[in-house]
Amino acid sequence: MILEARGLTKRYGDFVALDGVSFAVAAGEFVSIIGPNGAGKSTLINLLTGVATPTAGTVRFKEREVTGIGSVALTRLGMARSFQLVQIFPELTVLETLEAAVVSRLGRGTRMWASLAGDRAVRDAAGEVAELFRLADKRHALARTLPQGDKKLLDVASAFALSPEIILLDEPTSGVSTADKHAIMEILVAAARRIGLQAIIQVEHDMDIVFGYSRRIIALHQGRVLADATPEAIKANSQVVDTMIGRARHPAAP
Amino acid sequence: MRGRLVLAGAALALLTAPLVVPTYQILLLLPFMAYAVVLLGLNLLFGYTGLVSFGHALFIGIGAYAGAVLTTHLGIRHLEAILLVSAVAGGIVAALVGLLCVRYVKIYFGMLTLAFGMVFYTFLLKFYRLTGGDEGMRVLRPLLLGQEFSDFGKTAYLAGPYYYYCLAVLALAALGMWRIVRSPFGLCLRTIRDNPLKAEALGVSVTRYRWYAFVISGVYGAVGGALLGPPTGNVDPTLAYWTHSGNVVFMTLLGGFSHFWGPVLGAFVFIYLQDLVMSVVPYWRLVFGAILAFLVIVAPGGLMGLFTRWTAPAADAPRA
Repeated sequence: MILEARGLTKRYGDFVALDGVSFAVAAGEFVSIIGPNGAGKSTLINLLTGVATPTAGTVRFKEREVTGIGSVALTRLGMARSFQLVQIFPELTVLETLEAAVVSRLGRGTRMWASLAGDRAVRDAAGEVAELFRLADKRHALARTLPQGDKKLLDVASAFALSPEIILLDEPTSGVSTADKHAIMEILVAAARRIGLQAIIQVEHDMDIVFGYSRRIIALHQGRVLADATPEAIKANSQVVDTMIGRARHPAAP
Repeated sequence: MRGRLVLAGAALALLTAPLVVPTYQILLLLPFMAYAVVLLGLNLLFGYTGLVSFGHALFIGIGAYAGAVLTTHLGIRHLEAILLVSAVAGGIVAALVGLLCVRYVKIYFGMLTLAFGMVFYTFLLKFYRLTGGDEGMRVLRPLLLGQEFSDFGKTAYLAGPYYYYCLAVLALAALGMWRIVRSPFGLCLRTIRDNPLKAEALGVSVTRYRWYAFVISGVYGAVGGALLGPPTGNVDPTLAYWTHSGNVVFMTLLGGFSHFWGPVLGAFVFIYLQDLVMSVVPYWRLVFGAILAFLVIVAPGGLMGLFTRWTAPAADAPRA
């Protein structure tokens, strides 16, 4: 098991956001987490990525307890994430954004006296990721000037530039047109294969994307795991279809 | 390209100035160069890391008083020693103060730095025996590379050897900062400035890097402060007062914080404008207040923002 959640519970006062969620993700899996708004998806992502500390339960990454250790430490261990609301560096170029990730991965961030422009290893690795994500011809564009779809792509690309073993994508295609959604997913899957990513976990609302790409689906409802099965089994489960898909497709679509 | 030519021209002008410019103007260039060093450091925080310090006079004060204590109390008059002691003292104080400050951002960071500045100001003011209180302390003429320059009168010394010494320090400081902002470290600072949340997600340890930037900027502040003392021969607590911190922030805004040379230009314009306005009207702060308001509204990029529009973005624009 590369990532394992055991009895994850998160309470905010009286409100129980997450209630004893357990699951495990093995190498080679592409897992989608679905659920209506308020089901606890974002809370779960925050607990898995070490941003928040659970009220109870543990997170284990590569057989190591990592509960609440924070994103910097988790990044170093090989976990990367992208954000639901796109996060970029507005005044950095595409290439600089990717270079920052590579610098961090190679542990060269404290080199104060070295020339970034002269660092071939960083430059080449960043250039490669730019190619993979079809951002190469925009490499010198400032991130803030990119169209929304490319910003989303850059957010994900910079997470990939960390060469992680596992990546958590919080709605990788939200806020993007339907045509672009599939393009993003195709790029993402190809890039994952290329960098030897072991597992992908995504939170996603778009059921076409969920059923089109996942090997396994975890359905959350009111802070609990309602179902954890293959896409086929999920489709056949009328209870899940009623609570999830009926609701998620219309009102929750961003 | 045009930007580079202008830089070369400016360097040449500074090198030849003592030969052609009246001595009075040269003496004005001394505080300019001292402030330029301070501002290079301040802007690593401001322009590159996104932290506005309102307490940088603390470091200026440390450097200036280090020079005074060394020359008058300890009989050490080598400027190299003074700069070294200033840098170390500035670095140590910044490391301690920074431990607390960098955990906060925006106005909270600014207020904390302001508070530490005030603490130091009060210390300088109240510990008469050590600091001379509001009278301040004398700074004896320092030896430059071991040379006394005893044939030179005060003005000739300042406008000659001391001028070139300051210019050399400024050149080295600028070169060092140029390397820092263009290093992998400099890139990490800019990720923090733009989006700390995302920077953390990429594994950049935000608090630690802010602290590094704070320490470097403290060292620059103290070195610049040490150069301020000898031209007047005297240091007093107003050097560490918060209005002085305000002045250096003003210089940064005046020149433009999103350009490497912006704050240096700001220091230059500030010094000359202050001299000019003071010779015409007694209330220079009124005029400067109006300029500041005008800048923030009309040209938030400062003078350098206007300038880079002219040289085209291809020059070493705000990129790094």
